[in-house]
Amino acid sequence: MDAGTSTAAKVCLDSLYMPSEDIVARNIEGELIIVPLVSGIGDMEDELYTLNETGKAIWDRLDGKKKLKDVLAELSAEFEAPAGEIEIDLIGLVEELVRRKILVAVI
Amino acid sequence: MVEQGNPYIVRLSSQESPLWETTRPVLMELDIELTERCNNNCIHCCINLPADDSIAKKRELSTAAIKDILKEAASLGCLTVRFTGGEPILRDDFEELYLFARKCGLKILLYTNATLITPSLAELLSRIPPLEKIEVTVYGMKKISYEAITRTPGSFEAAWRGVNLLLEKKVPFVVKGVLLPPNKGEVEAFENWASTILWMDDQPSYSVFFDLHSRRDEKKNKTIRKIRTAPEEGVKFLARRNMQHMKEMKRFCSRFIGPPGNNLFSCGAGMNGGCIDAYGVFQLCISLRHPQTVYDLNRGSLLEAISRFSPEVRAMKADHPDYLSRCAQCFLKGLCEQCPGKSWTEHGTLDTPVEYLCEIAHAEARQLGLLEEKEMGWEVKDWRERIRNFSEETENGCRNVYGS
Repeated sequence: MDAGTSTAAKVCLDSLYMPSEDIVARNIEGELIIVPLVSGIGDMEDELYTLNETGKAIWDRLDGKKKLKDVLAELSAEFEAPAGEIEIDLIGLVEELVRRKILVAVI
Repeated sequence: MVEQGNPYIVRLSSQESPLWETTRPVLMELDIELTERCNNNCIHCCINLPADDSIAKKRELSTAAIKDILKEAASLGCLTVRFTGGEPILRDDFEELYLFARKCGLKILLYTNATLITPSLAELLSRIPPLEKIEVTVYGMKKISYEAITRTPGSFEAAWRGVNLLLEKKVPFVVKGVLLPPNKGEVEAFENWASTILWMDDQPSYSVFFDLHSRRDEKKNKTIRKIRTAPEEGVKFLARRNMQHMKEMKRFCSRFIGPPGNNLFSCGAGMNGGCIDAYGVFQLCISLRHPQTVYDLNRGSLLEAISRFSPEVRAMKADHPDYLSRCAQCFLKGLCEQCPGKSWTEHGTLDTPVEYLCEIAHAEARQLGLLEEKEMGWEVKDWRERIRNFSEETENGCRNVYGS
């Protein structure tokens, strides 16, 4: 399954998610840099990723120990935005990262 | 670039990284010469020792020491490490070091002759990609020319075997050439073949003007001096794609040309980067091994080398009278490769002008129309106007120096 062309992965609020072992997440000068370790994560051979501020706030909570609904609750308590909007952000990012094999569901 | 349909994740390519516009990591890039030994014995090479040189092998950094350096490099923010040599794959622990570096989140730029690429290494490079295109130097398109340069029987077949393994496993790589007497008639064949390689975005680059041996081996230097391309011939070769060359030179000259004064360093050596030799000595660049400009990592740290030592070296000033009367006032500095590293390899100093480089820069400037015949760059007073006129010439008005 090629990253970038697959259909969106199903993301469940009752599931737990954590960074895949196929990437290395680095913090360089305050920027989160996601470096693919294995082939098939990016579309190109030299591709790295970073997340915007919203993405980073979500990423920091995806530790494989909290259910996504608990992450949503934490984000809702911290950010002044309608819960529905935060949920859309959360699901959108997690779907994208799972599709790119950067994030995996904990089984 | 923001992903379409998803504003959270940003894809970065090495050329377009929007990161660190204001604050850069202490270390951005690092070169590591994993070994000075090589399984080839190229006539022009500035750094090869025999593959079986047991004394050199014994002195080389241990696996653990290189891992410590890689760890520290990653902790300082380094994104790309170049593995070079010698032939880096010659090290018994190459795969271990490669994997370790990748697991530190480093991208690896591998310089190799491809002769030692095995099916298992190609498989590893395919499964865990280096994230930078491998750079393979190709010495000739025929066995007779290739091995006249490498002086190693069987190296031609070994290199093609390696290249074919990379192609088979779809490991991205580019090829580079060297212009030497044995392969001068093969440029077209080389470029035609290179254009069939999927990952070649442009024509292959060529080494045309060769450095002397960076350990100042006089025996090797005698050979290198003999086979060096004459300045006019090399300049003509580099300008063979006239329009493209002129376009690049106009852009370059408008930005980088001008007298350097008594500054020794006008390049970026040692700024957010550096090089470590096979024995753990930090250098600002790969050719600068002058004792005053190197730092022993066995008695210090990469952080100290980059943040304290490099700026001190970069602040050094030239005081050689010839440098001050010529190079310091020469507007061709951007075209000229005169630098402390070259002075070191040629003269064992930091600032003695290197005549060969001076001749190349002047040949280039004459070809571009920036200098008249017999005029010297340091004598020209109206250089700003000349550069302006040159850079502003239209594509169509671009001079065609060979009438072709």
